[in-house]
Amino acid sequence: MTEQLDAGLVGERIAESDQLGRPSAAHEVGRARPRKEDARLVTGRTMWTDNIQLPGMMYVAFLRSPMAHARITRVDTSAARSQPGVVAVYSGQDFAGEQGSLPCAWPVSDDVVIPDHPPMAVDEVRYVGEAVACVVATDRYKAADALDAIEIDYEPLEPVLDMTEALTEGSPKVHEAGNQAFTWKFAGGDIEEAFRDAPVVVERTYVQQRLIPTAMEPRAVVATTDGETFTLYSATQIPHVLRVMLALTTGIPEHRLRVVAPDVGGGFGSKLQVTAEEVLALLLTRRLGRPVKWTESRSEGNLTVHHGRDQLQRISVAADRDGRLRGVRADLLADMGAYLMLVTPGVPLLGAFMYNGIYKMDAYDFRCTGVFTTKMPTDAYRGAGRPEATFAIERTMDELAHELGMDPVELRRRNWIAHGEFPYTTIAGLTYDSGNYEAATDRALALFGYEELRAEQADRRERRDPVQLGIGVSTFTEMCGLAPSRVLGSLSYGAGGWEHASVRMLPTGKVEVVTGTSPHGQGHETAWSQIVADALGVPFADVSVLHGDTSVSHKGMDTYGSRSLVVGGVAVLAACEKVRERARNLAAHMLEASVEDIEFADGSFRVRGTGSGRTIQELALATFAAHDLPDGFEPGLDADATFDPDNFSFPHGTHLCAIEVDTETGQARIRSYVAVDDVGSVVNPLIVEGQVHGGIAQGVGQALFEEAVYDGEGNMLTTTMADYLIPSAADLPDFVTDRTETPATTNPLGVKGVGEAGTIASTPAVVNAVVDALRPLGVRDVRMPCTPERLWRAVTEARAAQTGSAQTGSAQTGSAQAGSTQTGAAQAGSTQITGGAR
Amino acid sequence: MPRITVTVDGVEYEEEVEPRLLLVHLLRDRLGKTGTPIGCDTSNCGACTVLLDGRSAKSCSVLAVQADGSDVVTVEGLARGEEWHPMQRAFHEEHALQCGYCTPGMIMAAIDLVRDDPDPSEQAVREGLEGNLCRCTGYCNIVRAVRRGAREMARQEARTA
Ligand code: FES
Ligand code: FES
Repeated sequence: MTEQLDAGLVGERIAESDQLGRPSAAHEVGRARPRKEDARLVTGRTMWTDNIQLPGMMYVAFLRSPMAHARITRVDTSAARSQPGVVAVYSGQDFAGEQGSLPCAWPVSDDVVIPDHPPMAVDEVRYVGEAVACVVATDRYKAADALDAIEIDYEPLEPVLDMTEALTEGSPKVHEAGNQAFTWKFAGGDIEEAFRDAPVVVERTYVQQRLIPTAMEPRAVVATTDGETFTLYSATQIPHVLRVMLALTTGIPEHRLRVVAPDVGGGFGSKLQVTAEEVLALLLTRRLGRPVKWTESRSEGNLTVHHGRDQLQRISVAADRDGRLRGVRADLLADMGAYLMLVTPGVPLLGAFMYNGIYKMDAYDFRCTGVFTTKMPTDAYRGAGRPEATFAIERTMDELAHELGMDPVELRRRNWIAHGEFPYTTIAGLTYDSGNYEAATDRALALFGYEELRAEQADRRERRDPVQLGIGVSTFTEMCGLAPSRVLGSLSYGAGGWEHASVRMLPTGKVEVVTGTSPHGQGHETAWSQIVADALGVPFADVSVLHGDTSVSHKGMDTYGSRSLVVGGVAVLAACEKVRERARNLAAHMLEASVEDIEFADGSFRVRGTGSGRTIQELALATFAAHDLPDGFEPGLDADATFDPDNFSFPHGTHLCAIEVDTETGQARIRSYVAVDDVGSVVNPLIVEGQVHGGIAQGVGQALFEEAVYDGEGNMLTTTMADYLIPSAADLPDFVTDRTETPATTNPLGVKGVGEAGTIASTPAVVNAVVDALRPLGVRDVRMPCTPERLWRAVTEARAAQTGSAQTGSAQTGSAQAGSTQTGAAQAGSTQITGGAR
Repeated sequence: MPRITVTVDGVEYEEEVEPRLLLVHLLRDRLGKTGTPIGCDTSNCGACTVLLDGRSAKSCSVLAVQADGSDVVTVEGLARGEEWHPMQRAFHEEHALQCGYCTPGMIMAAIDLVRDDPDPSEQAVREGLEGNLCRCTGYCNIVRAVRRGAREMARQEARTA
């Protein structure tokens, strides 16, 4: 079916060979192939974890803390135990000796505090939603019913909800050791010098609100044992890392533990975790000797899937009058929530190298303090650290442009690394291997119709149209393709960043590829098949890709941080090359020629200058028969490879957003959105485009719609999809996307990664557009999400301030400190507007 | 316990059900029709959308007893043998899915939408699918797929008419 549908697709294109040694007569790489994985997904023949039914399976439900902070003084599970269908009821106390501490693999600094983190609370709860007890019953309804019969007495303790207050003397403590989780500092160049006598300084404070990743598939776990070995099915992004961590946490020996990630319905970082429920499912199956399943409800998930972002950022930039950047200072507080989960403290660090963006400057200074609060822990969410950093610098570049009276695109042009300057080592110490910011930006401006929109904006301003038009730009790069293991080690991350692949030539000439990456919507089965088809010269349809089961794929580092193609895809290519080398040797033997005379093209090995040859598929069969192999040649054409690149990869792009804001109602509507991304070479343009679309939608979600809100007691107010608004089709426009291609120089495919690009770039583009729309009214910032209420307030407050200043005749000065000539900007700043979420 | 009769994807089932059992759980846990997933508990996401007597319904907001005597079509009942429904094909061709979790619900909702509006505009599709959330695709390709699927459905109808 796929074959026939592929014909006539738009955007089809054949990759050309180049000096990097990519496959030359490429038929598949670069082609807009509809995906292999779609067949089961569009027909409903999927294997989501919650679909799994095992004989004798029990259902688990968790009782969760209704308090943000309290001591547990009494637990009585007896009434619950006698309910119909209930097999067992346990509290944290019942598992105290067994449950281990949920792991944190990123102890970022020497001063880091890693509190004990039991999967079920034993004597103190630290956030609403923390598991305190669980029921195991014969069906999901009965398990849920019995939760009501569990009695728990709590002695309330004071919640800790605000990061700044949490760090003040006398604040109640989340943990004995205090509320500071760690501090982390980092500098390049002489920052004091850069700011000393700087003609223009712009300083801003931004709130990166707390987000709920909201993968559409709720988390689910099934655990089973035969008494000796254990199998855990989980909706996870990281079966390999999970297996190691679960072995360490539960004491189940690693070789007796198999972890399977079946079809997984989205992740965005939220399934990059070792969760309490996964650990407990194993402990329960071990205790009860029966399979158990737990599936979260959405409202349970909003409370207990790790949250993203939640930082308070203070950023200042110093510049010359002509716009040349001198230095950037970033100082953040990062909300860890109540515990450090798998990579919680590392998230802000992933942004630490990015506050300088794509710009050249003399000095850079970064510091971050991790703070404990009595809220759900935060951890990786699409982009992890880099969206926050990009937002801060890109918002501030717009503010600087305004201070200087310069077009924001022009300001960026004056500062970015020029195409001819790559490779370029930034002030933050990263070496960007390649990029072409000019090309991406010029392309985006043309597609967007920048000049026309600016003219319309001027006209609307002139007419004092109640609906104002705003134009927002964001240029960005990210460090992704997470590897290099050595660098991760230097940042105290507990694991490496290599990736593994094996390629198995089956006797009939079909190919099985095993990858250590673990997709959940990214289309690896298709993209990896394309890579293999070209590298081995076999038909696309003859390749199948196996993943997500530690008994099939025994090693890997899984999928996150836009690393799969850049590290895992390249490992697949490397394994193919080894297969080809073995096949070449065999062909030489069979064709009675010297290895040097054997050429490989279109799947066949031929003796140079003659017609005789063997296809790789014939050679595979020959090794199966093994009747006539060269001396010492082991049967089979299989090969394994791992890849650990020397550098991160650095996709970049320019996004432009035009937004209409009704100054009377606060309603904002995205009128057009253009994204030109450079993700290096492209394996499948359809997949790249889809990732960019989805990424933009998530970034727009942060800009306009989404926020996890806790009340003053630490109760979450956004537990459902009616309260936590992710964008629907009606909320978004058709995005215009395009690409430039500047291949990465650090891997043979030239690829850079695309999963996070859209999310990183879009949030600042949208908020810059919102502020641009309202700037003539005196608005200088709006705190995210820019809901109608917030926009209306910003307009109202700015108007009031302007009227006030007009009455007293005194112009207010902006926040530009030294030498700013800009005046009259009302301080409707990010920190001032703290109205309700929506 | 009430006894109900319900036809799902052309097969008639007779089941004893608790009055509170949701249709989606009947489909998934009792009848093994796991093609219809659950994404929320508040009828907001649309992942569980099926056709109930020909109209799209969120099966998490219908009790199994309410479906007594009804005809239910799930995503598993759309293909004719190896031949997919035009809407399934359109989703594949336009790359309108990534993780695919929202996809069954999207396809079912889209089929119902096209029944009312055989040639929907972009705006009509966007508004018509407001109750079906997707976290992966940003909807651009879903909108394209639904419009393409609509055209294909019309063509198919013309052929069989
Ligand atoms: S599961 Fe039915 S609408 Fe979400
Ligand atoms: S494709 Fe993943 S939620 Fe729609």
